[in-house]
Amino acid sequence: MKQPFSEVLKPAFRASIPVLFGYIPLGTAFGVLFSELGYHWLYASLMGLVIFAGAGQFLAVGLLANHAGLAEIFIASLLINIRHLFYGISLLSCLKTRGWRRWYQIFGLTDETFSLLTSINVPDGIAPDRFHLAITALNHGYWILGCTLGAWIGNQISFSTVGIEFTLPALFMVLAIEQYRAIRRPALFVAAVAIGLAVMLLISREHMLLISILMAISLLLMAKGGRPWQRLRTFS
Amino acid sequence: MAATTYLLLTILLAASATFITRALPFVLLKRVADHPLLIFLGRFLPPMLMVLLLLYSIKNENFLSRGFLPELISLSAVFILHVLLRNPLVSILGGTALFMSISQSGLFPG
Repeated sequence: MKQPFSEVLKPAFRASIPVLFGYIPLGTAFGVLFSELGYHWLYASLMGLVIFAGAGQFLAVGLLANHAGLAEIFIASLLINIRHLFYGISLLSCLKTRGWRRWYQIFGLTDETFSLLTSINVPDGIAPDRFHLAITALNHGYWILGCTLGAWIGNQISFSTVGIEFTLPALFMVLAIEQYRAIRRPALFVAAVAIGLAVMLLISREHMLLISILMAISLLLMAKGGRPWQRLRTFS
Repeated sequence: MAATTYLLLTILLAASATFITRALPFVLLKRVADHPLLIFLGRFLPPMLMVLLLLYSIKNENFLSRGFLPELISLSAVFILHVLLRNPLVSILGGTALFMSISQSGLFPG
């Protein structure tokens, strides 16, 4: 027996209110930043609709502003979202739905959706699958709304926005501090600064991101010791 | 390449890359996703990545000149705000507001 969707929506909305309060300001910040690029505000909504990733979309604005190459855009977007791999692993056994619902849930697996799905109890009498789907869809909606609102506001405001691109380094500073809190290894941060500055000043500023990410990966593999390529063989 | 084509390609690539990271564990076998090498990189790469993205996103190239002071001051403000209050929105908006007012005041010409 299926209850009407509105009965699923109500508890799902209540559960997702914290995400609403997080996504509207963050999405708005993205939208305002995006509007500085000079594109139509509808593209900000499109990005919220098809990308649906906070840090990923902020990064895309930075890449667009720097006129980054397409390969660089793809690899940087892949790497900034690499943590999602580990959300998926922990949800592997929980996600029971099939078909488009399953793929939509996977598509919508943001940091916030993940933490809601793993921490909120499904109310009695409601099918967990439909409850989870409703939460994902609501979060997606809040995010698109925030992105659109920001881009629209960004097009209206008349004060000088010189310097607003600083939201990007500020965002990455915050994310770096959060990373340090999770993994207290100062050596990693020192090594990353050294690699980044060396590549930027000595090799190429334009391809700094790609080259230094490859160097960071090589350094980590060397630090892990042994012969990494031999370890890879255990995949087969 | 026209500006709109470039934007649409960027959106397409960012969307595909994001979806790949979310879908991969559901597509790969758990055995592969659990490989120690992937777990090792997944743990230690992100901190380095954030630092590299931080450096990459700073537009001002003159790290050693006086013109870099607005960036230096504002980044320190973000750092202090975030260590003290740990509210991402406050840290990001506070630092950006400071940077905007310094760069618009013309105190530190590049």
